[in-house]
Amino acid sequence: MAEKGVKVFGMWASPMAIRVEWALRLKGVEYEYVDEDLANKSEALLRYNPATKKVPVLVHDGKPLAESTVIVEYIDQAWNDGYPIMPADPFDRAQARFLARFAEDKCNAALFAIFVATGEAQRKAVHEAQQCLKTLETALEGKRFFGGDAFGYVDVIVGWIAYWLPIIEEVSGVTVVTDEALPLMNAWFGRVVDVDVVKATLPPRDKLVALNKARREQFLSAAA
Amino acid sequence: MAATEEVTLLDLWASPFGQRCRIALAEKKVEYEYIEQNLADKSELLLRSNPVHKKIPVLLHAGRSICESLLIVEYIDETWPSPSPLLPADDPYARARARFWARYVDDKLFDCQTRLWKLKSGEPAHEQAKEDLVQALTTLEAELGDRDYFGGEAFGFVDVALVPFTAWFHTYEKFGGGVAEELCPRLVAWAHRCKERNSVAMAIADPHKLYDFVLYLKQKFGAK
Repeated sequence: MAEKGVKVFGMWASPMAIRVEWALRLKGVEYEYVDEDLANKSEALLRYNPATKKVPVLVHDGKPLAESTVIVEYIDQAWNDGYPIMPADPFDRAQARFLARFAEDKCNAALFAIFVATGEAQRKAVHEAQQCLKTLETALEGKRFFGGDAFGYVDVIVGWIAYWLPIIEEVSGVTVVTDEALPLMNAWFGRVVDVDVVKATLPPRDKLVALNKARREQFLSAAA
Repeated sequence: MAATEEVTLLDLWASPFGQRCRIALAEKKVEYEYIEQNLADKSELLLRSNPVHKKIPVLLHAGRSICESLLIVEYIDETWPSPSPLLPADDPYARARARFWARYVDDKLFDCQTRLWKLKSGEPAHEQAKEDLVQALTTLEAELGDRDYFGGEAFGFVDVALVPFTAWFHTYEKFGGGVAEELCPRLVAWAHRCKERNSVAMAIADPHKLYDFVLYLKQKFGAK
């Protein structure tokens, strides 16, 4: 019996999982969402992703894929007559992938560093994050989205920051993005949270704030 | 199209990331200018071509620069689709699996090997690096299975991504990471198979020369 359809193994507060939902919704693909308890991972998740055991995992007609950036590209190609997520030209694709990798490797690390630190270490992390975002921002010049006029691959990968960063700022007691320091980023944040597929999937703010407050307290007390 | 325009590769002889690009260019029979970089005194061209990371390899083509070895290899594959297609053009799932495993080599294998030579032998962190390396190699061994190549019957993207690291097996053994023939015999056989290809034989480093280079790196950058 061949398993048919699309399943997403994710976690309600995970920015990586939400990317997969955005990509599927842009293509108009119906899917079943399985919310994982990361402290007690399901047998199915471990079976589908034995290599890294992480969410998100996409299962399409029984075939599993892990790594959100890989999954988003797959969705674009598997439903290639739908909404175009990746650019058409090979060079533009390389640029899009480069920006997404930069955001993942550098920006995410900087944002996490803000979240788990206090005092001087936190101030340094805020500065790091601002530098990263400044670099990303140059790719927004003259455009509504990283993808140009339309929400594209880099927007899908980096867009989580538009919703999560203000929450990180609130929970960590810092300011990272302002109109003065990062005007293009700030404007893009506003556009991102207004995109239909984004609006339809964002987790409730109060729930996310509460979870992240608790997580930050855990990190700080562990470090003490 | 732009396929006939000049191609330049900024690289370093020992870099497994640069070697991936050299292998891909050779497989596609693309002529290019190779410029060896001095990372202790970075050239204007390198700094201009990769302002974000200032790292090698960088591919210059038709006046534009592409950075990050896996992105470069994909770009090469898309710009010169034949001969020797590295990613299957019409199989999104196989492409996605290939991208996942290529990323695994970067995220897991490269990370372990760096810790292996950088950290002080005997320390718990070094012991962990050894364990993680064994884990990474056995996972890759299992993924290869009985196949001739990670690409199946044909040499492909993951093969290009991983094969430069096989020159490091000798170094892994010297740093206590275990004997490759015992840990991952299939990978060893696969490495020999790949080295029968001219593109691979010409690109990958001599294991002994590489080990001497790593000793130099350890003396310069390793934990004291």
